[in-house]
Amino acid sequence: MSLAKRIIPCLDVDKGRVVKGVQFVDIRDAGDPVEVARRYNSEGADELTFLDITATHEGRDTIVHVVEQVAGEIFIPLTVGGGIRTVDDVRLMLNAGADKVAINSAAVANPDFVREAAEKFGNQCIVVAIDAKQVAGKPGTEAENESPRWEIFTHGGRKPTGIDAIEWSKKMVSYGAGELLVTSMDNDGVKNGFDLPLTRTISDNVAVPVIASGGVGNLEHLAEGVIKGHADAVLAASIFHFAEYSIAEAKRHMAERGIEVRL
Amino acid sequence: MSRQINIAVIDYGMGNLHSVAKALEHADSHASVKVTADKQLIANADRVLLPGVGAMRDCMGEMQHLDLIDTIKQAAASKPFLGICIGMQALMTHSAENGGVDCLNIIPGEVERFADDLSDPTSSSTLSHNPHLKIPHMGWNQVNQQIKHPLWQNIPQNQRFYFVHSYFVVPQTPDPVAGSTVYGHPLCVALATDNIFATQFHPEKSADAGLQLFHNFINWDGSYDSSSCA
Repeated sequence: MSLAKRIIPCLDVDKGRVVKGVQFVDIRDAGDPVEVARRYNSEGADELTFLDITATHEGRDTIVHVVEQVAGEIFIPLTVGGGIRTVDDVRLMLNAGADKVAINSAAVANPDFVREAAEKFGNQCIVVAIDAKQVAGKPGTEAENESPRWEIFTHGGRKPTGIDAIEWSKKMVSYGAGELLVTSMDNDGVKNGFDLPLTRTISDNVAVPVIASGGVGNLEHLAEGVIKGHADAVLAASIFHFAEYSIAEAKRHMAERGIEVRL
Repeated sequence: MSRQINIAVIDYGMGNLHSVAKALEHADSHASVKVTADKQLIANADRVLLPGVGAMRDCMGEMQHLDLIDTIKQAAASKPFLGICIGMQALMTHSAENGGVDCLNIIPGEVERFADDLSDPTSSSTLSHNPHLKIPHMGWNQVNQQIKHPLWQNIPQNQRFYFVHSYFVVPQTPDPVAGSTVYGHPLCVALATDNIFATQFHPEKSADAGLQLFHNFINWDGSYDSSSCA
C-alpha cells in the first residue's frame, strides 16, 4: 500500500478552446475543453492541468468559464496555469473551482508573489512552473565536460535569466511552493523523453512533489520519469491529445514497470 | 419521490467550497446544499459537513469569530456529520500546526506533522524510486477500511482516494479509527463515532469513489453499530 505516482494530461487552451488538435473519434467537439476533460477523467487521469495560452487580455475571461464548467462535473484535482500574475488572478481561478494554480514567469519577475500567494491561499494550491535549459555538461556541446548545470529561461525558452534551476527550485519551495512543475525547454516537443538528470536533481533536492514535463514521446518515457527522474507525477500533452496512447494504457505500462498507479 | 435532504456545508470564510457543494449535488439528486455560516440554517439542516480549508489557527479562529463553535458541537452531537481534511483534524483535542492550536475536542486525540525525514519502508532496491517521501502527502493513496460502516458501502477495500495534507490525526484510542493508509508509516485517515464520520482525504476530489462516499453520507441516518468489524 503506497501513494500512487500521478499521470496528468495537460490541455493547452486558447480563447476557451483546446488547441494542438485532439483526435478522439468518439468526441463530438475536440476543441471543447469540457468534453476533453470528461474523456480524460473517464480514462482515469489522476489530475488535469489547463494551460491558458491566450495572448490577448480580452480572451482571458474564457478560461474562468472553462474551469467553472469542468469543476462542476469532474471531481479530480484541477490545476490552471498561464498568465497568473497577481493575487487576484489566483483568487479568481480558485473561486472558479481550480485546486491549484501554476505560476511561471511572474515568479521569476517577482519571487515575493509566490510567498504572498502561498500565505494567502496555502502552499498546497501553489505550483511553481520551472522552465529550464541545460547550459553546461550537455553531451555534444562545447561545455560537455563541465558538470551539468541548468538555467531558468522565460518567454518560451528564448530568454535566459542567469538563474540556476536547482537553486531556484529550492528558493521557490522556501517561498511556499507546494509543488514544482519542471519542464525541460531542451526536450519540450522533441519526444525523446524528459530531461531525467534535471528532474532527478530537483526532486532529490526539495521536500515537495515534483511533476516532470516536456519531451514525452512514448509510454516508457513516463515510466522513466518516475524511476530515473524520481518524479512524483508525470505530465504530458501531445501523446494523449493525438490519441496515440490512452491514459489507461499509460497506467498499465507504468504498473508493468513496477510503479504504483491508480488503476 | 423521496424527500429532499438539506445539507449545510459550513463556510468559515477560508476559501472556495464550490467543489464540495457541486460534488454533493452530483452524488445524489435529493441533496439540497447550502454553503453557509448561518447558525439557524446549520441547526435546521438534516446533515452537516465541516470542510477542510486553510491552516488550523485560521480555521479555529474563524469558527470563533463567526461564533460557530457551539453550533458545530451541537450538530456533531445530534445529526449525521462529516468532517473533511482540516474539518476532520478540527474535531480532535489539539493540533501541532501553527505552533499549537486547541481544537474542538469532540474526538480525543492529537494532530501531528509528518516528520521531515519520512521515508518509504517498501521501496525496493530493484526499483530506484526516491525512498525519501515528499510533504505534503499529495495524491491518490489506498484506504484500508478498519470497520464496517454505512459510509463505506459499495466502496471496495483499499480503494484509492485523493489526499493533500502535511498533518494527520492520532486519536487517543484506536476505537474511532474507521480507515487507515500508509505514508512512511500507518496513519488514521477516517474516523467514526456514533453520528460522526470524518476523512483526511477529499471525497470531492476522489472521482467516483468520493461521490459514492458522499452518496452514502446523504443517505445515512447517523446510526452505526460499533460492534461490527470489517
